[in-house]
Amino acid sequence: MIVLKANFKYNVCWLIIMIAGFYIMNTLIMIGVIDSFIENMFVTIWINIILATGLNLIIGFAGQFSLGHAGFMAIGAYVTAIVTQKAASLGGFYASFVIGVIVAVIAALLVGIPTLRLRGDYLAIATMGAAEIIRIIINNMKITNGPAGMFNIPQFATWPIVYIMMCVTTIIIVNFINSRGGRVIKSVREDEIAAEAMGINTTKWKLAAFVLGAATAAIAGSLHASYLQTIAPNDFGIMESISILIIVVLGGVGSVTGTFLAAVVLGVLDTVLQDFGTLRMVIYAVALILIMVFKPSGLLGTWELSIRRLFNRIKRRSV
Amino acid sequence: MTTILKVEHLEKVFGGLTAVADVSMQLKNDELVALIGPNGAGKTTLFNLLTGVIPPTAGMIYFREKEKLVSINNKKTYQIADLGFARTFQNIRLFKNMTVLDNVLVAMTNQYKEGFIKSVLRFPSFYRTEDEILKKARDLLAIFDLDKDMYKLASNLPYGVQRRLEIVRGLAMKPKILFLDEPAAGMNPEETADLTRLIRQIQQQFHITVLLIEHDMSLVMNLAQRIYVLDQGKLLAKGTPSEIQHDKSVIKAYLGEEG
Repeated sequence: MIVLKANFKYNVCWLIIMIAGFYIMNTLIMIGVIDSFIENMFVTIWINIILATGLNLIIGFAGQFSLGHAGFMAIGAYVTAIVTQKAASLGGFYASFVIGVIVAVIAALLVGIPTLRLRGDYLAIATMGAAEIIRIIINNMKITNGPAGMFNIPQFATWPIVYIMMCVTTIIIVNFINSRGGRVIKSVREDEIAAEAMGINTTKWKLAAFVLGAATAAIAGSLHASYLQTIAPNDFGIMESISILIIVVLGGVGSVTGTFLAAVVLGVLDTVLQDFGTLRMVIYAVALILIMVFKPSGLLGTWELSIRRLFNRIKRRSV
Repeated sequence: MTTILKVEHLEKVFGGLTAVADVSMQLKNDELVALIGPNGAGKTTLFNLLTGVIPPTAGMIYFREKEKLVSINNKKTYQIADLGFARTFQNIRLFKNMTVLDNVLVAMTNQYKEGFIKSVLRFPSFYRTEDEILKKARDLLAIFDLDKDMYKLASNLPYGVQRRLEIVRGLAMKPKILFLDEPAAGMNPEETADLTRLIRQIQQQFHITVLLIEHDMSLVMNLAQRIYVLDQGKLLAKGTPSEIQHDKSVIKAYLGEEG
């Protein structure tokens, strides 16, 4: 029970940080420091964090290069749009999360079983194709209103819900990474042949990481649809997959802390640069190139923020 | 002593090349057997066949499972590993960017269950299993003097220690048979002597069958109870170390004919 006791302290610390974050945000909105424009920026950042952490699980920890994340996001978004338009209640909204996740999991299994045998660039192209198939199906269905997309989606996803969902999905993914499953998927990333020789069914575990990542992408999609109230198939094209990938690569492939940092940096940069008009994309691109040139492993590499290590350092210093 | 692994008329053909031809062999419980032969004799191919990395062209492989010899021909590598096969690789295949401890924990994957919900929500039972398995891994590392490097990345260990860790990682699987593919490759005489002691210690302490590929004859003659000699895919000779040392065909294969 030593591990339990030691970890209880750190878990409580994380919980306090999360609650504090919520109340700081709440107070800033109440006293008017954060207007709806900045609130919008925060919500976008949080949704990007959910998406990028899920993708980092697949790319950074399981080592499977997937370019189809936007496809699973589209599934969540459209399920929520359709369900909440039919049943416009908070209950319907929550039910749409569950349905979205289930549909995304099924889609991820269908995509993953044949494609996860592929490696590297081949897998990237195959998953990209799969996401395009999802988008084109949505584009041609009546219930999704075709290329015009869906609007007047009831807004149930307020900032507190997005914030809480970000915390929940992050907890799930980080806890998964720091458990038996996480060790196994990392070993698959490191050396598939050796992992197989350890009695590990590598296909099964790659699929597990892929499905978990897809499920969180669906949650992000649901929040996206409900918060923005309008969605169209073109929002979930290859560019969306790539912008999620940029967050992962920029923050550091294999660092959840890095993903958080990169999502915030890019989100703020994007908002600040809106005053520059067309120059915006140029400055954005230059910033990306500079970071990649001077820090190719991403902002944080594989470094993770750990309260345990922080505690130990303080303890050592005081002794 | 009971037979644990039985190989009958095993054959592997790559395109037009017969890498392993008509090899039959038997391994008994707690035995230390060496597999030797000149370069390109098919030793590693035979290892890969036995551990299910590649399927045989013909022949049968049987493994003792609950008092019965069962064919493992059609099993996948991870299924065979689960039966009690552990191996090391000719060119070390550690999980380089993971810690020494994590390397061992991965090998123990099939010895404990955590459950997705339990680990994600951090139930008390999660910490209990984690505690238990950590203790087991630490104890194992301590036996081989690796516990002080527990939190180091595997890639930061010196070469000899990496070899040792690979063997320990194999042992963590609680195998019935351990396959060692050239464990002394690239080692100096001192490290080889250490390795000899290590392998002997493993055999005495863990009571497992060891099959060893090795070029270092001092190590082989020191350790092996029986030796199989492979040449150009065929089984050339088998016997005790002294029998092999005096076998005419083996001498011929290694040194050429007396002229």
